[in-house]
Amino acid sequence: MRSYLHFVVVIILISFFSPTQAQNQALAPENDLCLKCHTNQTITFLNTLTKRQDKRMMNPLYILNKDHLAAGVHAKFKCTDCHSADYSKYPHNAELKLEPLSTCLDCHGGDAKYAAYKFEKIDEEFQKSVHFQKVGESFTCSKCHNQHYYQAKSRNSSEVGEIVGFSNDMCMSCHSNNNKFLLFSNKLKPELSQIHDWLPNQELHFKNVRCIECHTVVVDSLSVSHNILPKEKALKNCVECHSKNSMLEASLYKYKNIQTRTEKGKLNSIITNKSYIIGAYQNEWLNNFSIIIFLMALVGISIHLIIRIIKK
Amino acid sequence: MTSESKIYFYPIWLRIWHGINALSILVLIFTGINMQYANQNFKLMDFELAVNLHNIFGITVTLNYLLFFIGNMMTSNKKYYRLKMKGLIKRLILQVNYYTSGMFKNENPPFPLNEKRKFNPMQKVTYLLAMYIFVPGLIITGLALLFPETIIEEVYSLSGIFMTAVLHASLGFLVSIFLVIHLYVASIGKHPLNNFKSIIDGYHDISGH
Repeated sequence: MRSYLHFVVVIILISFFSPTQAQNQALAPENDLCLKCHTNQTITFLNTLTKRQDKRMMNPLYILNKDHLAAGVHAKFKCTDCHSADYSKYPHNAELKLEPLSTCLDCHGGDAKYAAYKFEKIDEEFQKSVHFQKVGESFTCSKCHNQHYYQAKSRNSSEVGEIVGFSNDMCMSCHSNNNKFLLFSNKLKPELSQIHDWLPNQELHFKNVRCIECHTVVVDSLSVSHNILPKEKALKNCVECHSKNSMLEASLYKYKNIQTRTEKGKLNSIITNKSYIIGAYQNEWLNNFSIIIFLMALVGISIHLIIRIIKK
Repeated sequence: MTSESKIYFYPIWLRIWHGINALSILVLIFTGINMQYANQNFKLMDFELAVNLHNIFGITVTLNYLLFFIGNMMTSNKKYYRLKMKGLIKRLILQVNYYTSGMFKNENPPFPLNEKRKFNPMQKVTYLLAMYIFVPGLIITGLALLFPETIIEEVYSLSGIFMTAVLHASLGFLVSIFLVIHLYVASIGKHPLNNFKSIIDGYHDISGH
């Protein structure tokens, strides 16, 4: 009996701390009804014409991932904060789709609470970008930043690999997917490995640096540059990154460096960094030390040579 | 050519190995410096070209090392690299004394070269260090950097790739110091160019040592 009780307590504890419980706590409870359908592959509803329960496939474009949703910055939002309140009625009115959604700047713009993130400056930079220049207003923030799942990785993650992956996935969502690419272009997407064939160690670069490192103009006041350049203007100079004053210090490693330097000091932050960039980690002390040793060897040789000539 | 004062020290395979090695190491040092000290204001050559040349000549040195290693295994050349530890310090001091003072007083070298002795103790130690520690170390770290996915990510919280790169650059630096001293010491002889001629025609003039 006692062991049975233990078993029940353990089961209750497990179910209390289970991921589903944690997910549900992270998400707004008002969304339960929406997510009941929008996180499932199928939908069951009462067909008012046939008076029968119908089970149908959900449109895959409208299925959300609950885990990603719970991890996103907007997890606590109600669906109707951005979508029309009329969506709370089912079946949804087809015309609702034509209503414009709230834009990011409706909330983020002109609000002192978000001033530090400089959304207005981001918008200003974005409007110079090739995406806006070619596509115009219909290229909204959400084309890259999925509002449902967005996470502030470049600011909060301490893993450079994670920052790179999260950022590049945004680009890849269109640039490696013709269906999405054709939303904005009349041509098929270019083959990325072909147009980057000049880049040595292509795979290594794609895995360890963000596309935006070479394809944007770095603006110091912004955490992430948003002025995506046309391909002709993209950076093609290796030394910009592979050098003592590597531009990656001002972009990809900006946050990590500030964070780890405060915690561990500069040298420590370099030697614990998993991504090594040729030429970027130059230590003044080591550089000078090697030059001194080399010069000493040359001086020794010169003295020996002079004595050899004199004594000849 | 007087056969009494000249010994056929450098067989053809050794000269081919030495020639390829010398040329490759020079390119590797030049391109390596270009990458290690890369800077917008310091540019000996195009970075991309430096990387490509460094990779190509790095692989050349690796394959060439096999020639050196197999050549030494298969021929009697390996005997010149055998090091007797007993009395080594004493022999090294004698050789250093000769280089720093004896040779200026026209003294005879303490370890004259002959068929049984191709290297003096100092040469033997430095060649052993260069060919059996520095160069293999450079090859291993170089190959690891060519395939960075093979490097252990973290060793006691230190970045594996960073430590590999530092070791590679440090060994490269030691080889560049070796090269400068090697070239200078090669000029010590009856005539400064004698030894350079020897490594091309294979015959070493022992009358100058």
